[in-house]
Amino acid sequence: MNALDIQGLRLQLPGTARPVLDGVDLTVAAGETVALVGESGSGKTLTSRSALRLLPPGARAEGKVLVAGEDVLTMDADRLRALRTGQAAMIFQDPRAATNPLRRIGDFLTESVTLAGKMNRAEATERAVSLLGAVGLGPELLGRYPGQLSGGMLQRVVIAAALMGDPALLLADEATTALDVTSQAEVVALLGRLREQFGTGLLFVTHDLGLAAAISDRVYVMYAGRIAEVGPAAALFEHPRHPYTAALLAATPRPDAPGGRLAAIDGQPPDLRQELTGCAFAARCPLATELCRTVVPEPVKVSGGHLAACHHSDQLEGSTARV
Amino acid sequence: MSETVLEVSGLCRTFGDVRAVDEVSFTLPAGGSLGIVGESGSGKTTTARIVVGLEEADAGSVTVRGRRREGRARGKAERLTRAREVQMVFQDPYLSLDPRYGVQDVLRETLRLHFPDADPAPRVAELLDQVGLGTRAAEALPRQLSGGQRQRVAIARALAVEPAVLVLDEAVAALDVSVQAQVLNLLADIRERTGVGYLFITHDLGVVRCVTEEVIVMRQGRVVEAGRTEAVLADPQHPYTRLLLDSVPRPGWEPSLIAAARREVG
Repeated sequence: MNALDIQGLRLQLPGTARPVLDGVDLTVAAGETVALVGESGSGKTLTSRSALRLLPPGARAEGKVLVAGEDVLTMDADRLRALRTGQAAMIFQDPRAATNPLRRIGDFLTESVTLAGKMNRAEATERAVSLLGAVGLGPELLGRYPGQLSGGMLQRVVIAAALMGDPALLLADEATTALDVTSQAEVVALLGRLREQFGTGLLFVTHDLGLAAAISDRVYVMYAGRIAEVGPAAALFEHPRHPYTAALLAATPRPDAPGGRLAAIDGQPPDLRQELTGCAFAARCPLATELCRTVVPEPVKVSGGHLAACHHSDQLEGSTARV
Repeated sequence: MSETVLEVSGLCRTFGDVRAVDEVSFTLPAGGSLGIVGESGSGKTTTARIVVGLEEADAGSVTVRGRRREGRARGKAERLTRAREVQMVFQDPYLSLDPRYGVQDVLRETLRLHFPDADPAPRVAELLDQVGLGTRAAEALPRQLSGGQRQRVAIARALAVEPAVLVLDEAVAALDVSVQAQVLNLLADIRERTGVGYLFITHDLGVVRCVTEEVIVMRQGRVVEAGRTEAVLADPQHPYTRLLLDSVPRPGWEPSLIAAARREVG
């Protein structure tokens, strides 16, 4: 059973001309690391939040979001609360915003499981201490306040808190973006170890293509609410078959690339107030033809597990990109 | 590349017990581009703020176009002169633009202050064109613009006074990859055309590779390595620079090895 199985998720918000999520299909197997990559407004955060049914006010959702086999979109409030304290947990970008500065780390770690009645206080504290150990921190932290810890340490506390309910699915939304590169490496190494140890499925939402390539088994690339391309990390980054993926890779500055101008993508992502006909990327795409402007491309299999939603993905066959 | 436009020497700044900036020296040739790389707490932003004049140094000197800056600016004339020497672009254009001022008004205000006798209109048009903003954006308020457009406005405002040096503090860090590439290319074009010098503060080694000729690496207030960007990135000499480079995620990356190396560097 998959830790997360999203099938044909469409999300319509009030005051928009097109759905913010338009038929998203995504799976995370148990113990698998999946990266969801995209720019602001692509819908990557909404997709990950849908796994906890954290939807914006007035949102209308269609499709299925299965977490450990249960549909999150249709379950009742009690079940949903149990899911949020148990099977699925989320790590947000800013650990300072995710913690209460006036409450001690120990209370922060134990409150969700004790409130849910899963453990008594002593059991919860014992688990908190063992999880702090797993993220490389000592039990003395239980009595400290968030303001007494550095950002990297606090992010590790937040990760420990996410693991308190023994989740099948861990959602990390830009969880390392606010950290320095060297602390990012620490946190990523930690997430990798925890995934092995606890068999948790990990959905890693990020805008950083290099990070996605480095840590994940599979990668989904989103653009304007749709999945543009999905595939094994190595295949997708070495041989992108969607022009958007290829363009993003070319636009990323890299320390080992020659200096000078970047291959920027002209234009802007489509506005939510505009209806989309055809491919969402057509207006910025060098390969676009009349077909692209009128017909929405379906995901086409280019090799085992590698799909690209592009009418002209065959033109990118044999292309190579460097990461 | 002979003339030096900015010379910083022996800069120190202490906050309480912390030496935020510790004996930092560097020079920026006219029309050159120098990167300052480091992590949080390395002192790179404090250094930038001292150069601009938002922070005072405890010791050391900042010399711009051969004119040494002594202490705090006294009087309006001195403040304006300093503003025409060095301008700054911040990370977050949401915070650095007044939400009630339209784009044209922002530029007109700056021009009126610095060049009261000149008609601002042609210069406003020229600046907007220089940063690739159309007439529709010119009428807009900051909240009606995208992050990339807002950052273009901040750059246009900084360029309005024709400064010798532009200090860019993580100026592209908040932008999406595709927009970031557009702004980085724009910055390269502007430098080519106007000969302004860049002091580029960033944590991103890819960005440094892209827009700077020389780089200094800072750690705990000190410069640990300095040199040509190409050389430093291809063949880092200091273990900390190497750690920074190894920490950039890429396929086959071993985060646990980096975590171990990090503890070793201490």
